[in-house]
Amino acid sequence: MNVHHALKGMLIALPILTMAACSSTSQTSASDAEAEEAARRAQQEREAVQVERAQPTMTAEERVREQMESLRQESTIYFDFDRATIRQEFAETLRAHASFLQSNPSVRVTIEGHTDERGTPEYNIALGERRAQAVVQYMQNLGVSSNQMRTVSYGEERPIDMSRTEAGFAKNRRAVLTY
Amino acid sequence: MMNLIRFSLFFLLLLSVPVDARSNALEIVITEGIDSARPIAVVPFRFEGANRPSETITDVVAADLTRSGQFNAIPTIRMPQQPHNASSVDYAAWVREGVEAVVVGTIREVGPDRYTVAFELIDVARGNLGITRQMLNAGQLTASQEHILETRETTISGSQMRQFGHRISDIVYERLTGTRGAFLTKIAYVLVQRDAEFPFQLAVADYDGANQQILLRSREPLMSPSWSPDGTKLAYVTFEQRQAQIIIQDIYTGRRSVLSSTPGINGAPTWSPDGKRMAMVLSKDGNSEIYIMDIATKALTRVTNHRAIDTEPAWSPDGKELIFSSERGGNPQLYSVNLQTGTTRRLTFEGEMNLSGTFTPDGESIVMVNRTRGRYQLARMDRQTRYMQVLTTTSLDESPSIAPNGSMVIYSTMHGNSQVLALVSMDGRFKARLPAAEGEVKSPAWSPFL
Repeated sequence: MNVHHALKGMLIALPILTMAACSSTSQTSASDAEAEEAARRAQQEREAVQVERAQPTMTAEERVREQMESLRQESTIYFDFDRATIRQEFAETLRAHASFLQSNPSVRVTIEGHTDERGTPEYNIALGERRAQAVVQYMQNLGVSSNQMRTVSYGEERPIDMSRTEAGFAKNRRAVLTY
Repeated sequence: MMNLIRFSLFFLLLLSVPVDARSNALEIVITEGIDSARPIAVVPFRFEGANRPSETITDVVAADLTRSGQFNAIPTIRMPQQPHNASSVDYAAWVREGVEAVVVGTIREVGPDRYTVAFELIDVARGNLGITRQMLNAGQLTASQEHILETRETTISGSQMRQFGHRISDIVYERLTGTRGAFLTKIAYVLVQRDAEFPFQLAVADYDGANQQILLRSREPLMSPSWSPDGTKLAYVTFEQRQAQIIIQDIYTGRRSVLSSTPGINGAPTWSPDGKRMAMVLSKDGNSEIYIMDIATKALTRVTNHRAIDTEPAWSPDGKELIFSSERGGNPQLYSVNLQTGTTRRLTFEGEMNLSGTFTPDGESIVMVNRTRGRYQLARMDRQTRYMQVLTTTSLDESPSIAPNGSMVIYSTMHGNSQVLALVSMDGRFKARLPAAEGEVKSPAWSPFL
């Protein structure tokens, strides 16, 4: 689901960034067969010799893709029991998302709020919403437009750890930024 | 128009409604009985005919009465005799066995899949006294009928046996306790099977878990089913659009309509006793606040306005008051608001938290989730005296819902490492569990009288 949404975000982001970068070439990427062939040859070469390569300059779309990828890996922040305060350790993660969103104003993000299972489902919906809103507030303070963000609270309904241990509960108390 | 089409597509996608005719997805296990439960006998009815119906009606009645916590239906092996009508009852023998009342009857096959069921409820103590007195007075037995508390006869089909069993239980229960029975009611709940294609399912079943029917299957969470007072519709929360929405679904036609779909929370729908309004929680104006929506016009009235969390509205039986959970005093506690004057008062002071309050049908008590020393357990508070009694010994209890006759509370709790439904009597003395055949069960809602 997250991947799907991230891809949708990219579909919006990519054309715009391509235009902005004014990249002139319209070279199409190698077909699948060509790519396979290349991979096979590379494999053979690796076995016989060691080839080094220079770091190419990334195209704009590659940069965005890479940014999205790294953001997706750092898209969850965790909370203390019954709290909605952003812990200092997640400041960097949120700054990275904020700067990405600021430089890509057409990208939208959904911030999901989640809780552990203790307490009632309705109270946890309210708590999850508060966590999602804390992220929104934090990102707004970093300059992200409120139009780029929406919240959804799943409360205790979507745990990622079902162990029902303290460690499991801690993993479930989270906010997730999904593109 | 687009919306309508989109909605219809969702309908096709999510709403497959096969009827699991006799799947007992939930099975009641009594975990704590009551020693003082009144002994009663449900004698197997005599069958007259060739094709015996598959359902044994007296098993249904005996199970109902035992599960009420009020009665102990004795096993057939302990029965001194198996009479099928009042005139063949040996009162003295039943009195010696300590039995208070006996249900006897017959099932007569009267046509293809037609059965006439007749039963009598007999007060054996009174029957015993009556006979003795009359024999002394008159020297001959002129039958006094006052010990026969009920006599009924009905013709039904084989598939109606189970339902008629519950009907007999209702009659017996009311005759012997003075309180209306709730054996013909239903429960709605959410089934969660994390690995299934549609992990979240909205189901209804008889109160005892029989005749489960899935009303909706979804890939996204389902929450908070609430019955309309006429028992024909459910309101619930769905996330199918990756956003919380309050939906009303007709149980019998399957027709769905979106009641609320504002940014942020759309939660905790609760029908007013007159069925015209819906209390709900929305966060469109900032944080979680309570509103009342007129269902016909969708006009909203805001009830709370506080920067702390306000949630879990519940109506008083007269519809003049709402109780809700609020964090305005620090930890979540229960508050009440008079809907005419707007006066808000704090109701609970005991324990670290009190949540999910709901009125008993007589309006005199409130059942809630109480947290004390980290344990979440059901408690009942008397509104007058503020006396609070913890009802359960389980932990992580949530979503209490009270039977329409006020006799029992159904709730969700943890058993082993799984979420299950459980029952507790209003005095906390009788306890039972309803484990699911597979997956987890949550958010039970007991129907009104149907």
